[in-house]
Amino acid sequence: MPAVQETIDQVRQIDVDQYKYGFETKIEMDKAPKGLSEDIIRLISSKKNEPEWMLEWRLEAYRRWLTMDEPSWARVKYPKIDFNEIHYYAAPKGTTGPKSLEEVDPELLKVYEKLGIPLKEQEILAGVEKSKIAVDAVFDSVSVVTTFKEELKKAGVIFMSISEAMREHPDLVRKYLGTVVPQSDNFYATLNSAVFTDGSFVYVPKGVRCPMELSTYFRINERNTGQFERTLIIADEGAYVSYLEGCTAPQRDENQLHAAVVELIALDDAEIKYSTVQNWYPGDKHGKGGIYNFVTKRGDCRGKNSKISWTQVETGSAITWKYPSCILRGDGSRGEFYSIAVSNGHQQVDSGTKMIHLGKNTSSRIISKGIAAGVSDNTYRGQVSAHRKAENARNFTQCDSLLIGDKCGAHTVPYIEAKNSTAQFEHEATTSKISEDQLFYCLQRGIPEEQAIALIVNGFVKEVIQELPMEFAVEAQKLIGISLEGSVG
Amino acid sequence: MLEIKNLHARIAEDGTEIIRGLDLTVKAGEVAAIMGPNGSGKSTLSYILSGREDYEVTEGDILYNGESILELDASERAAKGIFLAFQYPVEIPGVATMQFLKVALNEQRKYRGEDELTTPEFMRRVKEAAAELKIAPEMLRRPLNVGFSGGEKKRAEILQMALLEPKLCILDETDSGLDIDALKVVADGVNALRSPDRAVVVITHYQRLLNYIVPDSVHVLYKGQVIKSGDKSLAHELEANGYADIIEAAA
Repeated sequence: MPAVQETIDQVRQIDVDQYKYGFETKIEMDKAPKGLSEDIIRLISSKKNEPEWMLEWRLEAYRRWLTMDEPSWARVKYPKIDFNEIHYYAAPKGTTGPKSLEEVDPELLKVYEKLGIPLKEQEILAGVEKSKIAVDAVFDSVSVVTTFKEELKKAGVIFMSISEAMREHPDLVRKYLGTVVPQSDNFYATLNSAVFTDGSFVYVPKGVRCPMELSTYFRINERNTGQFERTLIIADEGAYVSYLEGCTAPQRDENQLHAAVVELIALDDAEIKYSTVQNWYPGDKHGKGGIYNFVTKRGDCRGKNSKISWTQVETGSAITWKYPSCILRGDGSRGEFYSIAVSNGHQQVDSGTKMIHLGKNTSSRIISKGIAAGVSDNTYRGQVSAHRKAENARNFTQCDSLLIGDKCGAHTVPYIEAKNSTAQFEHEATTSKISEDQLFYCLQRGIPEEQAIALIVNGFVKEVIQELPMEFAVEAQKLIGISLEGSVG
Repeated sequence: MLEIKNLHARIAEDGTEIIRGLDLTVKAGEVAAIMGPNGSGKSTLSYILSGREDYEVTEGDILYNGESILELDASERAAKGIFLAFQYPVEIPGVATMQFLKVALNEQRKYRGEDELTTPEFMRRVKEAAAELKIAPEMLRRPLNVGFSGGEKKRAEILQMALLEPKLCILDETDSGLDIDALKVVADGVNALRSPDRAVVVITHYQRLLNYIVPDSVHVLYKGQVIKSGDKSLAHELEANGYADIIEAAA
């Protein structure tokens, strides 16, 4: 059989059931009834002991959401979501807020251990070579534990669940929440504003370089549960923070909704580096089940010479709809977007970024690497715009797509808009296939097929992997390998 | 070391027969040259020996060290010591030459049940082999074959051969695209690898390369068969008179 035919057959037999994080944990849960109403929102707010203004904010969002329609412009297809079939709140019983590690249900800790998350501080401390990472773990709707709090406190860094922050630092939350992604931004962001249950809050004070990587792990466990987390990160003048986000979910036949909102704010001379390794359950080989990942992430370079950098490795989810963006408001500010999006089986990805140049001498850089296998669809959608006052705005965009097999699709949809004649935007795009010649060459040197694919793909994504913090880079490379297992014969 | 017996092979996709009853024996320590006009099946033979799946063997057998290799895939044949120096080496973007060499070497060792090389030991071997071939360390950091000149590509092939230490080396038109200086460097590299337990099959269109890599035997391939074999003087004869007489005599 010629190699080409074999490749096609293998791709047909593709098995995305290899998802390694698909276990379910039996933990007694406290759940709100299915469906959405003002009463449910009041329930969520009271469960979290929120201040009155927060409840009002949620209700306002909810009322607006009722008047909105789901967006349909993305290149993704899915049956209509029944928003009344979802539980909007689910928490492990007895959890009202984060506790110290000793008080956390050992079952929960086991889950995170299975996922390879370094929750136990002593273990991290024991590993001399490993750099320290502070973790906030979110299980369904609530944050169950945040590590290294004391040490961060010494540096003046606030890192806690957003529910906790609302109680302990209400002024900060109120000042910044919804200022980057307003309540009415889009259908899913508005829904999130009404029902968000938890997420992380980070505040790095003036001139402080956060002494360790901060990290959040999200886990959807309950059936028919939506996860609506909200993350808010503020780097005050001259501050620096690097933040990592990882996600997993059990294997389920039905689709689950994940509609998060992430807001980043960088003031004068501040820098925020936000990295994501997203590995939500992608559905089985027939396209059944999987997470709908409809996420709004946006950073505001509010101050002069501030910098926001998004790095993402997207291998999971049945459908991904996600455009981490930068508003380059401050003069001399810089936005970066580095992305690897891998789709296999029946996955659909419509992802990219927006770089909105408002200030003078702002610059942005976009490197997007899409890898499509199986019968998946992988779209890069990006917008770069320079507004009237954005003198000397600069952008460089590079979008490369790699196809494995011939049943998948890669698409690039760039929108470029310059209202200032001094703007300089560059856009490069390529689409290529792993050729039979490349594969044979590797095989002839004694490299077996799976390793050969991994080698070629890792070469393809190298520029982006380099942007990830060390610990994540290795994990991301492995994850990409796993996601593409069995994709070529 | 290599015994090809009544080999018949065709292109898998359309069934075109390319090799039609080919017999050839190459002993350990021998350098055999395969010559022939365009379209005689020279490159196809190199692909079939190394296990490219675009071709199907329909009859006959290929024995390597007395065992049939027809059931082995390309990577297994490589790990067992069959090396093909490509006429057109393939670009692997983003993969540094050094990294590629390391993966290839260690995958072969793994297949043979040997331990992986330590990084210092690997580095030592690469540097040594690279120096022999006048390959600058800077070139080893560049992605494999990407932006390499013709000469650099061929030297990189010989470097891989030197490191992987194969038992059967097949050189497919290694002289194509080389100027005389580069040709000498490459030929020196190949000659350095000649040894009593290693066989080399040199596939070439012209006699020129054989002035530098002097063969023990010369075989003329025409329409998928070896129509004449001889010693190195056969190559000179071909150079002087062309293929027409031999083809006519064989018909």
